[in-house]
Amino acid sequence: MSENTEIKYTPKDYSTGIDVRWCPGCGDFSILAQVQRSFPQLVGVEKEKIVFISGIGCSSRFPYYMNTYGFHTIHGRAAAIASGVKTANPDLSVWMATGDGDCLSIGGNHFVHLLRRNIDINVLLFNNRIYGLTKGQNSPTSEHGKVTKSTPLGNIEYPINPIAMAIGVEGTFIARAMDVDSKHLQSLIQKAHQHKGTSFIEILQNCVIFNDGAFDNFTLKQHREDRVVYVEHGQPMVFGKEKDKAIKLDGFTPVLIDLKDGKHSVNDALIYNDKSKELAYIISQFSDNPAMPLPVGVFLDLDYTTFEDDMTLQIAEAKKKYGEGDINTLLRGKSFWEIN
Amino acid sequence: MTDEKTPAESSNPAPGIVTVEDVTIRFAGDSGDGMQLTGAQFSDTIASYGNDLGTLPDYPAEIRAPAGSLYGVSGYTIHFSSHEIYTTGDQVDVLVAMNPAALKVNLKDIKKNGIIIVNSDSFERKNLELAGYTESPLKDGSLSGYSVHSVPITKSTLETLKELNLPLKTAQKCKNFFALGVIYWLYNKSPELTIKWISDKFKKSPELVEANIRVLKAGLYFGETAEIFDTRYEVKPAELPKGIYRNLNGNEAVALGLVAASKKAGVELFLGSYPITPATEILQFLSGMRNFGVKTFQAEDEIAGIASAIGASFSGSLGITSTSGPGMALKTEAIGLAVMAELPLVIVNVQRGGPSTGLPTKTEQADLLQAVYGRNGECPVAVVAASTPSDCFTMAVEAARLAIKYMTPVILLTDGYIGNGSEPWKVITIEELPEMTAKFETNPEGFHPYNRDENLVRPWVKPGTPGMEHRIGGLEKQHIFGNISYDPDNHDFMVKTREQKIQNISNDIPELEVVGDKSGKLLVLGWGSTFGAITSAVENQIAKGNKVSSAHLKYLYPMPKNTLEVLKNFETILIPEVNSGQLAKLIRMNYLVDSIKFNKVKGTPFKAFEIEEKIEEVLKGPGGKK
Repeated sequence: MSENTEIKYTPKDYSTGIDVRWCPGCGDFSILAQVQRSFPQLVGVEKEKIVFISGIGCSSRFPYYMNTYGFHTIHGRAAAIASGVKTANPDLSVWMATGDGDCLSIGGNHFVHLLRRNIDINVLLFNNRIYGLTKGQNSPTSEHGKVTKSTPLGNIEYPINPIAMAIGVEGTFIARAMDVDSKHLQSLIQKAHQHKGTSFIEILQNCVIFNDGAFDNFTLKQHREDRVVYVEHGQPMVFGKEKDKAIKLDGFTPVLIDLKDGKHSVNDALIYNDKSKELAYIISQFSDNPAMPLPVGVFLDLDYTTFEDDMTLQIAEAKKKYGEGDINTLLRGKSFWEIN
Repeated sequence: MTDEKTPAESSNPAPGIVTVEDVTIRFAGDSGDGMQLTGAQFSDTIASYGNDLGTLPDYPAEIRAPAGSLYGVSGYTIHFSSHEIYTTGDQVDVLVAMNPAALKVNLKDIKKNGIIIVNSDSFERKNLELAGYTESPLKDGSLSGYSVHSVPITKSTLETLKELNLPLKTAQKCKNFFALGVIYWLYNKSPELTIKWISDKFKKSPELVEANIRVLKAGLYFGETAEIFDTRYEVKPAELPKGIYRNLNGNEAVALGLVAASKKAGVELFLGSYPITPATEILQFLSGMRNFGVKTFQAEDEIAGIASAIGASFSGSLGITSTSGPGMALKTEAIGLAVMAELPLVIVNVQRGGPSTGLPTKTEQADLLQAVYGRNGECPVAVVAASTPSDCFTMAVEAARLAIKYMTPVILLTDGYIGNGSEPWKVITIEELPEMTAKFETNPEGFHPYNRDENLVRPWVKPGTPGMEHRIGGLEKQHIFGNISYDPDNHDFMVKTREQKIQNISNDIPELEVVGDKSGKLLVLGWGSTFGAITSAVENQIAKGNKVSSAHLKYLYPMPKNTLEVLKNFETILIPEVNSGQLAKLIRMNYLVDSIKFNKVKGTPFKAFEIEEKIEEVLKGPGGKK
């Protein structure tokens, strides 16, 4: 953030002041707070330029709590509606609040095509691995075997890995955060804003009622540093309270190394590169491997042209080539005749 | 172009030219034979002579169906006349059949004693078998009721191109121009426009320009010298109102109407659409209009098509989505969102045969009730329908005007018949369009998202306007303030308010007009693409001295204010529809007026004579209002 940019807003300016109706203890509160804390720092973005689009689900109530423009739409379609908003008016800073069901199940198709089109929309995926608003059914990110209200004998589906999915469909900014790490989430919100093109942040969010403690194994403060690895471009993949663990790449296989075992040093650790889809994919697979730490941070940050910029360019070029369209000439068409 | 005079250009009609008022020609062949192109070329030429005309392309759903098969036959019908016409012709005067299948499929439509020109080269064993002929119909006497002309079109084409040494396949592809040349000769028309078109179309391959022009002229010369036709025909120009005209098909007309309306209203146009027959042309046409600032978004599915359009409307553009029946079904939930959010939106449904995938390339009017009622909840939208190809322009402009003025989705119904069909259109300018302005609220003083004006319309605010940040959505809104509200009385009030807003549109649309006497025995009431057949039928019946009038509904929801008054003035109402009686249901439901239903759901438009027969039957027999 540049030093001479005047900060015009406070977090309070982004609050509508109406009662927030999530369950007490819900992870969504933290996400709302981090967004409201981060937004005053969004460089050069007037409050009235910000639009929040959401679908349906607990997370999709988000726009009502943000004192910006907002549109709470229909289940799964936030990505498609946001695409229209941003394409029609590229000046807007468009944000999308969505959940694992909304984004990856009913809205999976739109999510896929949003990412490949690279429209400059910032997607905040609230992943709690459960259907909350409908009171506790399995979601597309629920674990295999999980008992939920609609899987009383255990879930017989395998979950989507949202990060791997986003890589597979040509996402250009792919990141993961945790509701419980506010500073880190704030920094990712800033990075998502700065990225030109679709930015996707999967936020691991605790559903206190229907899936409480889903991420405790990684995210609880007492062991977080030992079980979570923060990936950062150009930095070695080292983690642990005592910075004593690291990831090393053995061919295509990532291995966990102990920096205190006398055989390894920090020089053996993999230097993360967020321009590499291959690396991003390898690291994304940690989530499914209990032996590995949970990776969070920016997995991928690529520089592609955006859909709306290409559209603007095409319009400018067409006007240059054919001239500003004259409607009466268009209506008359190329072959016309006159009756006197 | 050449200095040489082609036979058709001779200034005085040669002896043997008979003047006729009205002709219907159909070109038919394999879907790869270029029949659509041939028909389009002929209709452009006819139009330039000042004839009134109507065209009807008819093609299979398969892109290249197996050659010679019955289901692979593609046809293009041109009806042209020296007076004003409304249909694409009940019966065919001249059929050009490029193969036996084309003959077999189209024979039923040919007038008694009509002319059949066949490509005799294709009437060999394999093609005859494919068409299901055991013996050649050219030899077995089965065509004795027609004037049949066997022309070796393929051989003549190859002979003409012998010295150009083109690959056989390329040379054969030119044969449609031979057929076109013969027809130009037969109707005494100059090939000049087509020569110009060929020169432009193939300008990158001069050998194709040369080949196609040679073959076209060879067709003309064949007509002149082969002496197989003893008569040529002349159709004098029609007496149309003064002005500039162009040929226009319905889908293009929709696209033009929407662009013109957006310019008139001063708002950007955004189309979100997914390709679907027979509506795809609207997407394609608008995609080529970037220099008018038009933004098109080929969405990942029908839902994203409408959803992106709703997003565009929310951010201050006029959102449009175009589709056909199955796509309409998918868009249903999103239409409800636009109703709740009260955003302008135009939904174009180029109807096709249903249900499900149905008959993608055939026409039908069976989505009327879906348009009026097919959503969850009390969910009123405005519904308008175009009646002819060029009326698609007028009604697209109307759809856009109403959407913007009333902050509402408007469904524009057209169908495959008028979407693909074309007719001359008296060109209008943007200055002649009805007044419309997109008004954006910018004053934060007293602003609430669900404030309402005298028509109950809420304000449109562009995100980016300072001090007016607000949230809308699909949950029920509190009156005026727009906050979420579960209050029972508020919901009841909002349901009524949304309905009343749409009903208010009836103050803003033209009254229903009656053609013929304003009262009497029989009114033929129609909507949509039955206009041509109904108008021709009623005009003919009036000319015969029968007491019958017609009226055509272009606004289906709400209907014109005088509708009941019009209906009450007639003893009997006859409603022809290409569905099972959907308008008849609406009329009975809205006005307690019963009608005689006349339905045909065959994927084809009504013919005027069918309606005439029905009129005569109704006038003669018992029936009518109970």
